[in-house]
Amino acid sequence: MIEMTAEPVLRLEGVDKDFSQANSILGSIKNRVLGRDVEQLHAVDDVSLTLRRGEVQGIIGESGCGKTTLLKTIAGLHEPSKGDIIYRGENITEYTTKEWKEYRKNVQIIFQDPFNSLDPKYPVKEALAEPLKIHDVDDIEDRVVNVLKDVKLDPPERYLDRYPDELSGGEKQRVAIARALVLDPDLILADEPVSMLDVSTQAAILEDLNDITTQQDVSMLYISHDLSTVSYICDRVNVMYLGRIVESSETRDLLDEPLHPYTQELMAAIPVPDPFAERERTQIQGNPANPIGLPGGCRFKDRCVERMDICDTTPNDIETNDQTEHQVACHLHYDHTATDDVAVSANGGDGHE
Amino acid sequence: MSNLLEVEDLTIQYKTRDASVQAVTDATFSVEENQFVGLIGESGSGKTTIGEAILGLMDDNGEIASGKVRYKGEEIQDYSEEEFQSKLRWSEISLIPQASMNSLDPIDPLDQQAIELAKTHTDWSKQKILTRLQELFEIVGLPADRITDYPFQFSGGMQQRAVIAFSLLLDPEIIIADEPTTALDVIMQDQIFKYINQIKDENDTSMILITHDISVVFENCDTMVLLHSGHIAERGNIKEIYRDPRHPYSILLEESFPDIRSPDKSLAIIDGKPPVIQEGVDMCTFAERCPWANDDCFDELPNLEPVAGDENHYTSCIRAEELDALVEGSDVAGDD
Repeated sequence: MIEMTAEPVLRLEGVDKDFSQANSILGSIKNRVLGRDVEQLHAVDDVSLTLRRGEVQGIIGESGCGKTTLLKTIAGLHEPSKGDIIYRGENITEYTTKEWKEYRKNVQIIFQDPFNSLDPKYPVKEALAEPLKIHDVDDIEDRVVNVLKDVKLDPPERYLDRYPDELSGGEKQRVAIARALVLDPDLILADEPVSMLDVSTQAAILEDLNDITTQQDVSMLYISHDLSTVSYICDRVNVMYLGRIVESSETRDLLDEPLHPYTQELMAAIPVPDPFAERERTQIQGNPANPIGLPGGCRFKDRCVERMDICDTTPNDIETNDQTEHQVACHLHYDHTATDDVAVSANGGDGHE
Repeated sequence: MSNLLEVEDLTIQYKTRDASVQAVTDATFSVEENQFVGLIGESGSGKTTIGEAILGLMDDNGEIASGKVRYKGEEIQDYSEEEFQSKLRWSEISLIPQASMNSLDPIDPLDQQAIELAKTHTDWSKQKILTRLQELFEIVGLPADRITDYPFQFSGGMQQRAVIAFSLLLDPEIIIADEPTTALDVIMQDQIFKYINQIKDENDTSMILITHDISVVFENCDTMVLLHSGHIAERGNIKEIYRDPRHPYSILLEESFPDIRSPDKSLAIIDGKPPVIQEGVDMCTFAERCPWANDDCFDELPNLEPVAGDENHYTSCIRAEELDALVEGSDVAGDD
């Protein structure tokens, strides 16, 4: 159940993450001393979202859109360049060391690649006991056995002493999920958790993640490049392009009526398991630009088939459907004739000047 | 149309310290001119091994235990390394290897790599090689003036397209593409297949597309070969198999794929994993995962037999005739 009224588990407000382009510490000191203005790489640009208790939200976009950087910033692996990350009402950038430890217990990551995220020298029970030891939790054995049941590695005795290379891809990912769950977190950050798995296993893992978030009241951010899996796990979907969220809505509403041309292309590019279907191939060319020194305006304009003159002005989010809080940042959905309600930045700047 | 490549009763074994593993058992299929064949299966199904065996690229502990591979009528399974190199690789059959972005040499510019490749297999002049490479760059949507770049100057999708350009360099008859888009996102995948299909139309090229993704095969291939634990479960025209699947594995695999057109489709789950087969397999390799297996399925490995009424459609399920009724009576296949 998603609790609408209670305090959200996570709230992002205008989060930016920039990376310095200098390729060494010396280089960056030199630039600073010489007063050189080096263009920053804007990996994450003004991202805001609210994740409620028990809610699963997807962040979907191409390689290089900044989705993994956003996840790492939330996890505390990067420091945000701007904006606030509010976890249960507190800004994580103001945390003390002790508070960080508590945060790391409550917020867990599942990585994309189960083949590399488990230590090959640790049997399953050690891999699962390790986080419990670090956080001084009691009943280690009971907890390990129970969490294995939760992720359907049942009976647990069969798996406790196995090493990662004695597990299939799906079983490895289940152990990785168990490791994230064993500390009883309230937020899970999942980075493409099924993309490396065979499709026969993918459905089962999605179903389990769904059960876990529902039954244990855990919130989750689910990162993927593939919109075809979001309906199985996400309550809400955010589409990200070059660091910005360009569209956000309840999953079903977004899939039924995608508004941003980029979301439409992302859906159209997915192959359909039907040889009789006549699908048109994507019209977008090439890759997204590098997020360095980008001009103002819509980030997608250079690849957009609907491009207009006004697209040189940065579009703000507008809400098209308050039932589903369907928001889109695209000029196609503005009423540009209504002069007193122009939802665009006044001078066309992109907020970074 | 005539058969370019014929694989007949191919059995491949890997010797390990303790035992020998049979990666491929009695595989038979063919590739015609200008035909795209999808070789589908999960991890460990033997699909990559078949591709490697055709080009003599298996690891040292792997060997063709029995069976034949014919290219344009000539048996090639006993070719020496030298024969593979001079008669077959790149000029007749080229390979886009798995994770091929990593197959480019990081320390040479792409044009130098192309020259080295072409000089090994042909007597083409340097000018001819470079002109050809530029043409191919344009076909796969890369700027022709970037042939002198180093691989690291390209993004993942661009490297992948460069590898596809390389695979076409010596105008081969067949390209074996091993998961050519698996590491890429959906938009890049769609762009790459657009180019691959263009090549099919313009150059009459054939392809063996090795993948786990049934939707990519349904969209791009003419025929498919579905492997389970190294044994062919079903083989035939993709439309025929889609319309009338005759093996439980095909049915379940199709039902396990999400379809963006129907977000409510319930996904089938195939329990377990393909078993590792040792020499002399004596039961259906899918029996333990099959919801419709009976005692007979555990008695012997079924042969790949034609489906009644369709000479190009083969299945190795002994209950193929009853399948419709069996599926009807169960809820395994999701309703969409």
